[in-house]
Amino acid sequence: MQNLIALLVAAPLLGAAVLLCGGRRLDRSGHLIGTLLAAVSFVIGVVLFSDLLGRGADDRTLNQHLFSWVPVGGFRADIAFQLDQLSMTFVLLISGVGTLIHIYSIGYMEHDERRRRFFGYLNLFLAAMLLLVLADNYLLLYVGWEGVGLASYLLIGFWQHKPSAATAAKKAFLVNRVGDLGLSIAIMLMFTTFGTFAFGPVLHSVGDAGEGRLTAIGLMLLLAACGKSAQVPLQSWLGDAMEGPTPVSALIHAATMVTAGVYLITRSGALFNAAPTAQLAVTVVGAVTLLFGAIVGCAKDDIKKALAGSTMSQIGYMVLAAGLGPIGYVFAIMHLVTHGFFKAGLFLGAGSVMHGMNDEVDMRRYGGLRKHMPVTFVTFGLGYLAIIGFPGLSGFFSKDKIIEAAFAKGGTEGWVLGGAALLGAAITAYYMTRVMIMTFFGAERWRNAATTSPDEPSAEPAAEHRGEHAEPHPHESPRSMTIPMIVLAFGSVFAGAFFGIGDRFLRWLEPVTGHQEGNSPVGAATVTIATMVLLVVGAGIAYLQYGRRPVPAVAPRGSLLTRAARRDLLQDDFNHVVLVRGGEHLTRSLVYVDHTLVDGVVNGTAASFGGLSGRLRRLQNGYARSYAVSMFGGAALIVAATLLMRAV
Amino acid sequence: MSPTAVHSLWTTAADPISKIDAPKIEYGQLSPTLIVISAAIVGVLVEAFVPRRSRYYAQVFVSVVALAAAFAAVVGLAAGGYATTKGHIAAMGAVAVDGPALFLQGVILLTGLVAVFTFAERRLDPEAHGNRVDSFAAQAASVPGSDSERAAVKAGFTTTEVFPLALFAIGGMLVFPAANDLLTLFVALEVFSLPLYLLCALARRKRIMSQEAAVKYFLLGAFASAFTLFGIALLYGYAGSVSYATIAQVVDGSVRTVDPALANTMGNDALLLIGGAMVVMGLLFKVGAVPFHMWTPDVYQGAPTPVTGFMAAATKVAAFGALLRLLYVVLPGLRWDWRPVMWAVAIVTMLGGAIVAITQTDIKRLLAYSSIAHAGFILAGVIAMNPDGISSVLFYLAAYSFVTLGAFAVVTLVRDAGGEATHLSKWAGLGRRSPLVAAVFAVFLLAFAGIPLTSGFAGKFAVFKAAAEGGATPLVVIGVISSAIAAFFYIRVIVLMFFSEPRPEGPTVAVPSPLTSTAIALGVAVTLVLGLAPQYFLDLAGQAGVFVR
Repeated sequence: MQNLIALLVAAPLLGAAVLLCGGRRLDRSGHLIGTLLAAVSFVIGVVLFSDLLGRGADDRTLNQHLFSWVPVGGFRADIAFQLDQLSMTFVLLISGVGTLIHIYSIGYMEHDERRRRFFGYLNLFLAAMLLLVLADNYLLLYVGWEGVGLASYLLIGFWQHKPSAATAAKKAFLVNRVGDLGLSIAIMLMFTTFGTFAFGPVLHSVGDAGEGRLTAIGLMLLLAACGKSAQVPLQSWLGDAMEGPTPVSALIHAATMVTAGVYLITRSGALFNAAPTAQLAVTVVGAVTLLFGAIVGCAKDDIKKALAGSTMSQIGYMVLAAGLGPIGYVFAIMHLVTHGFFKAGLFLGAGSVMHGMNDEVDMRRYGGLRKHMPVTFVTFGLGYLAIIGFPGLSGFFSKDKIIEAAFAKGGTEGWVLGGAALLGAAITAYYMTRVMIMTFFGAERWRNAATTSPDEPSAEPAAEHRGEHAEPHPHESPRSMTIPMIVLAFGSVFAGAFFGIGDRFLRWLEPVTGHQEGNSPVGAATVTIATMVLLVVGAGIAYLQYGRRPVPAVAPRGSLLTRAARRDLLQDDFNHVVLVRGGEHLTRSLVYVDHTLVDGVVNGTAASFGGLSGRLRRLQNGYARSYAVSMFGGAALIVAATLLMRAV
Repeated sequence: MSPTAVHSLWTTAADPISKIDAPKIEYGQLSPTLIVISAAIVGVLVEAFVPRRSRYYAQVFVSVVALAAAFAAVVGLAAGGYATTKGHIAAMGAVAVDGPALFLQGVILLTGLVAVFTFAERRLDPEAHGNRVDSFAAQAASVPGSDSERAAVKAGFTTTEVFPLALFAIGGMLVFPAANDLLTLFVALEVFSLPLYLLCALARRKRIMSQEAAVKYFLLGAFASAFTLFGIALLYGYAGSVSYATIAQVVDGSVRTVDPALANTMGNDALLLIGGAMVVMGLLFKVGAVPFHMWTPDVYQGAPTPVTGFMAAATKVAAFGALLRLLYVVLPGLRWDWRPVMWAVAIVTMLGGAIVAITQTDIKRLLAYSSIAHAGFILAGVIAMNPDGISSVLFYLAAYSFVTLGAFAVVTLVRDAGGEATHLSKWAGLGRRSPLVAAVFAVFLLAFAGIPLTSGFAGKFAVFKAAAEGGATPLVVIGVISSAIAAFFYIRVIVLMFFSEPRPEGPTVAVPSPLTSTAIALGVAVTLVLGLAPQYFLDLAGQAGVFVR
């Protein structure tokens, strides 16, 4: 059975190879091949899942060793896979949601002439992400990690004719590189500390290493997770990444990429447990990001960017939970899965809205769409209820547990983290209600969209993409788009209850991540009630602001915070001032040293070798007689030296 | 000669014939060589009896079938256990059938097969008088620029003799690394050298240069052969035998008397040292080690490029195979004497090849110096004197030969009005005009430079590791420095191809037939496979890395 594991990765990888190398003759069938291979991966995942379910809880780890890449002394780089409950959860999420997004893209990208290439990249994305979660060592994980970075670069910049898309792709890639650097340093530290990269040996011998070492490794892993999962301070790429086609956003936000950081931290749980400082840093990053993302989400008028802020915030919840240690790992992953359903559903819904609205993304030009797009409205609405944590729906079960766990951390930290998580829940309710109302309720503001002045100051780079200022004719999307949305809506509604009731998910994942109950200073019921109250408050404020009053077509100036939030809380300004300027100064001084000192040495060496070369070259004069003399001299020398060696 | 000796000669000769045992030949175990040599003879008959217009097809067919069959025979023998447990000395002690021999024979046959593809290429040169032409002279005997040459071109003559010549050369090369006595070694050396001298003289264009190269190669080759032969004589004088096993036993002292007639010279260490040094020198000439390398650039440049590729790849494999066997089987008892000398040779070879290559302006000469530097790297592995030394050298040779063949095959594609455009300045901006060809060539250059994920890295890593474990760390340091110097000129070519403006009168890239495309594609595939997953092949070389004694 374990021999099937490699196929999980191989199927989409084959798809990527076929689609990208196949050329134009696959233009007609490419999207079907890509979708089929993603589905094959999912089916294999289901087969393996049922096999795991048939085994005892402690016997659910499968290993497949393909080959060793250059074993040298103590250095072993194995191409080997490990499938356990944690990987399995990710495999099903990645391949399942991934397949749905493939199906959706068939309709969404129908008129794009580079559709085959798009599906090739999607397959590559799946393959890299599956490799990341199936690797049995950090080095192979790193391969998948880089593959995800590459695929995201290609997909975010897919509409490369738009300079904004090309820039966004570069930004995502560069910011991710910073995180990747953290991962590579962490891997090197691991190798010097433990002498291996493999999960088993590293995580089992954590006790042998000093806490300082472990803290360093943990912080570097956190840096890596920040990059891929868009956590503060490496969050800035996520918003711009919306330049990619909407299915890509759904894929990045729900099934792949941003979940990689949470996976990394959870997978390295044993290591973090032994490094409390690093763990604290993880919780702080999570808490800050969940508020940061939520605040940004409140101010955005671009529907996709509002959802992007929401993703940042929700991943913040997961990172926070993962930083809590054994009391939180299970809930981090559980929230990750439920979030995978409703966030994918929300993004596909947003894509469906844009599809019907001439690619308009400004919510101020939406309104009243529920009558025109009933399926989208219902599925999006269910996703909305799930994400704000409406009782009984997915988000309720997973988010509530995280808030409880945060309080259970104990002490001042517990109160601060729990408070942040609670506040985040309120803001979530606010901005999601705002999105919902602005899009589906209220006046049909798009009716007079053509008459509003086209040169309004607008932050969205997509401005030039908005069509010809003709009045849009909202319509429901084709079947290939709505069916995935409906499937995901089912997940949004029922997944949480399925996982949460009877601790089903807890029992499934516990053998891998470990679990312990925290002792919360506040009861579970209190937390739930407080969450509900704040939910109602948040949604109520949004209703008062946007439901009761007409939404102005041009955004009001707003308070200082609003304006800052519209600019992503000044993240880019901060990066520019601190990193770009500082970097320029550093570069300039380094260039000076390089030119004067390093180049002097290097050029001197090069010149001396060049001169030597020119002189030696003259020995090669083209006369056979000189060559013969050189051979004779060489032979004489060799014979003499051999005899001399004996004499000495 | 004393009267008794004369008498004994007379009486020996007068003995009845029945005393001579019929030689026992294991035809099955020698089948790879026998197939190739028979095919070469068939090729000669084809030249004699098949009509001119069908000769090309007949020759290509015979060569390809023979090489493929011989390769199948090698694989069969290896699968039959001859490469490992059943290693065996065949033909009355003359030829070894063991792991290194079979591995190298396999490599030689594959490179030979690929080389035959490039020999048979007929689409690169424009048609002459309506006849497709290959890289070889229309009629080798006609004087360059003469009326008879023009007539031969007009008549559409082609020198299809290159195929049997190549087969003879391959036949000799197959025996060379397997030779288990000094006479077989020498015969094999001449059998593969003579056809190569001829092949070098057969270029279609720049014929004077080609003939000059052939004469130089022949003169210097004959000179080196004389050294080898003299060394063999001295070794015979020392040991009283030409058999490797016997010499080795005499060297380590387990056998004292072999032939009473040689009682005066036997055991004289001066004979052993001088003889050993001279035989090794002959082999160093063939691998192109400094200071016996001087022929390499001139010959590589002048020979028809397909021949250069063949020679650079296959000769090196065969000669290093023979050198390995000589040093590991015959002279291991003497290693404290020859190792310091070989150290020195390896160092000057690595540094010399890399440094002189820096200022080369012709791509074929550049590759020639690069091959000298690579000979130095391989020597570092040879000197290791441990099992890893053998297997790493085997791996390096396999990796290097395919990179070399591929690189020279690419050189045949870049052409201008005067034939191949080998001057480096003409390669400027090639990456913009023909990205695919330039990218392929870049892969080969990166492999030569030893950049990871190519076979060059895996090979270099293996030989340096073996050398370090064999106690030759300083050699490894110098090897790495030479690699750094060498990387400069390889990458300079890449920079030239991709980051320079194309010249307006620059060369065109010819569209080859599937023959050359296959050769290049195989080169790229082997380079990448050996670079991405070298372990399997390193293990294979490790299993094959035991000499039968």
